[in-house]
Amino acid sequence: MTPPGRSLPVLPQASGEDVPAADPSRPGRRQFLRTALGGCAVASLSACGIEDFFRKHLHELSKDELARIVARIEKKASQKYGKNVTVSTAAARPGVQFAYGLDLSRCVGCRRCVYACVKENNQSRQNPQIHWIKVLEMEKARGVDVAHADAYYEAEKVPRPGHFYMPVQCHQCRNPPCVKVCPVKATWKEPDGIVVVDYDWCIGCRCCMAACPYGARRFNWAEPDLPASEMNPVTHYLGNRPRPRGVVEKCTFCIQRTRAGLYPACVEICPVGARKFGNLLDPGSEIRYVMERKRVFVFKEELNTEPRFYYFYAT
Amino acid sequence: MKFVHFLKGSGRLVTQGGRAYWLWMGALLVAIAIGAAGYTRQAQVGLIATNMRDQVTWAFYIGNFTFLVGVAAAAVLLVIPAYVYQWKPIKEVVILGELLAISAITMCLLFVLVDMGRPDRFLHILPLIGAPNWPRSLLAWDALVLNIYLAVNAVVVIHILYRGFNGKSYDKRVVVPLVLFSIPMAVGIHTVTAFLYNGMAARPYWNASILAPRFLASAFCSGPAVLLILFQVLRKATGLDIKDEAIWKVAELMSYAMFFNLFLLGAELFKEYYSATEHLLYTRYYWSGIGTHRALVPYAWLSLACSLAAFVLFLLPRTRRSWLGLNAGCILIWAGVYIEKGMGLVIPGMTPDTLGEIFEYTPTANEWMVAVGVFGIGFLVFTVLVKVAVPIMSGAFHSRAGGTAPAGEVG
Repeated sequence: MTPPGRSLPVLPQASGEDVPAADPSRPGRRQFLRTALGGCAVASLSACGIEDFFRKHLHELSKDELARIVARIEKKASQKYGKNVTVSTAAARPGVQFAYGLDLSRCVGCRRCVYACVKENNQSRQNPQIHWIKVLEMEKARGVDVAHADAYYEAEKVPRPGHFYMPVQCHQCRNPPCVKVCPVKATWKEPDGIVVVDYDWCIGCRCCMAACPYGARRFNWAEPDLPASEMNPVTHYLGNRPRPRGVVEKCTFCIQRTRAGLYPACVEICPVGARKFGNLLDPGSEIRYVMERKRVFVFKEELNTEPRFYYFYAT
Repeated sequence: MKFVHFLKGSGRLVTQGGRAYWLWMGALLVAIAIGAAGYTRQAQVGLIATNMRDQVTWAFYIGNFTFLVGVAAAAVLLVIPAYVYQWKPIKEVVILGELLAISAITMCLLFVLVDMGRPDRFLHILPLIGAPNWPRSLLAWDALVLNIYLAVNAVVVIHILYRGFNGKSYDKRVVVPLVLFSIPMAVGIHTVTAFLYNGMAARPYWNASILAPRFLASAFCSGPAVLLILFQVLRKATGLDIKDEAIWKVAELMSYAMFFNLFLLGAELFKEYYSATEHLLYTRYYWSGIGTHRALVPYAWLSLACSLAAFVLFLLPRTRRSWLGLNAGCILIWAGVYIEKGMGLVIPGMTPDTLGEIFEYTPTANEWMVAVGVFGIGFLVFTVLVKVAVPIMSGAFHSRAGGTAPAGEVG
């Protein structure tokens, strides 16, 4: 289902869908489905609502319990959207530290990344429309100054003279203020650096949104509007699976793609090559090239969030 | 058996009352019905029924919550002057303060609940069943201290009242330590709530160390204001013995608290305007608006005017001793602090948002409906508690009288 796409040099063994989970304690997809089928029978006996109500935190679930829950999510979503929806639980790979680079001198503000992200990650299409990436238009004369930024610029042709464009999305901070404030541990930092949300654990208090300095988190104020025809069925539990109303969501570096060895959708779509992504621990990765040869900076560095999302000017 | 008797008698007390009582109760029930209608709609469509959006993620509900935490805290802090000045009706003051605290905390918890996107998952914050993020999350702490505070006050009140009902005086070994414990707890709930905002470096308007002291100073004004009005009503309606001097003394203390509150505000304004960094933006949005975005400006100045006027009224012995001056002062303080600690705190913290966008928030009719309902429940809880407590305190309602106490006018 996943378009072939460019694969990350760091994960040569990965191609498309048949991704073996890195953690040997996690079952592969086929094995996983087999276990899940058994679980399904149990799940169908108990009322789903009750089971959700008394569910434990994801980190306290046994492998069987998780398999049962995931099977149920897959079944429900497949029925709802009329296609074979898969929900991966692929874990972080050892030796992988993701990071992102954005070349401000290249970005032209076309917003293709915004819409590629929406398409890939199953965001609500309207009422309200949810975007994980926000592109700010700023005046060259003022530099990076959000007080004068415009996220709603409408231009026939971009870039507009005298302006530059700064896309902002989750910075996957090493020191994430959003994780610190969550009262129920519904959001956390994965070993590969991705900050994730468990949509089935979030209570919707929106503390994390108040705490995030990058305006990166989105709330499902209403039931998400995701037409079946536009639904991307290749999903990850911590990523782009369909979300319920009343919970927070955000960019996950396309966890369902990057853990399977693909680039994030925004990197792939960018027509000017302003977006770079890779494994910081891999000396051959694009992001290492950027880090070693370009002068990078992080947004709101004074807040000590230590983002994995770097901006740079390549030219 | 005796407890059932107590409950039955209390039930009878609550259902007896004059015209004014029933009018008041009727109004509260209407308010609750309005709230139920509003919340039903919100439950159906989601929080999109509010005007909160990704730019302004907390607003009217959380503003009310913050204000009411102050009311809950200050009601019990009144116990300190009651002890220090050795007022005669010390027991009454303690109990009424705690009844107000119970009602205010009830409203606080309800405002948090109506603000949650997934209230059905409230179990997730409980230890053992859920996964509370202690010690890092201030909201997890807030949930803990608010519930402990509610429990402590409920135990003290039930103990004193039940013993009083049985014609016995309360057990000092139970009550005194708990009351003493509830005083630092009162400071605690307000401090933790202030830290909830204070700790967010992404929001410079809140990220000021002066926030917790300002919370306490303003709470010392708003909480007692309710009690002062209540003392007067109860004195008239039930003959509860509360001396004028006690009321005036509270008013005097409130004027000092208000002075301190205004001083801290001034200190903050000086720092913001003199240093005039990029962080000034939020303060400017509140006091003078940014461009055409001026939704809060009239409220900011109204709040300051109310607070200043109340400060003068309570500072001058002549005006605080006149009933007109006293009650006008109480209402002005309520209005001033309600704006300052409600919308005046929450909205400028999020406007402009972290990426500079200005989204002007005003509550929807649906949010007003839900808020009216929550206040209705809070006042109903308070009315019922006072209706049972006052006859017990005056000795008219006890086990031998069988609960047929003369119904006092309350409200």
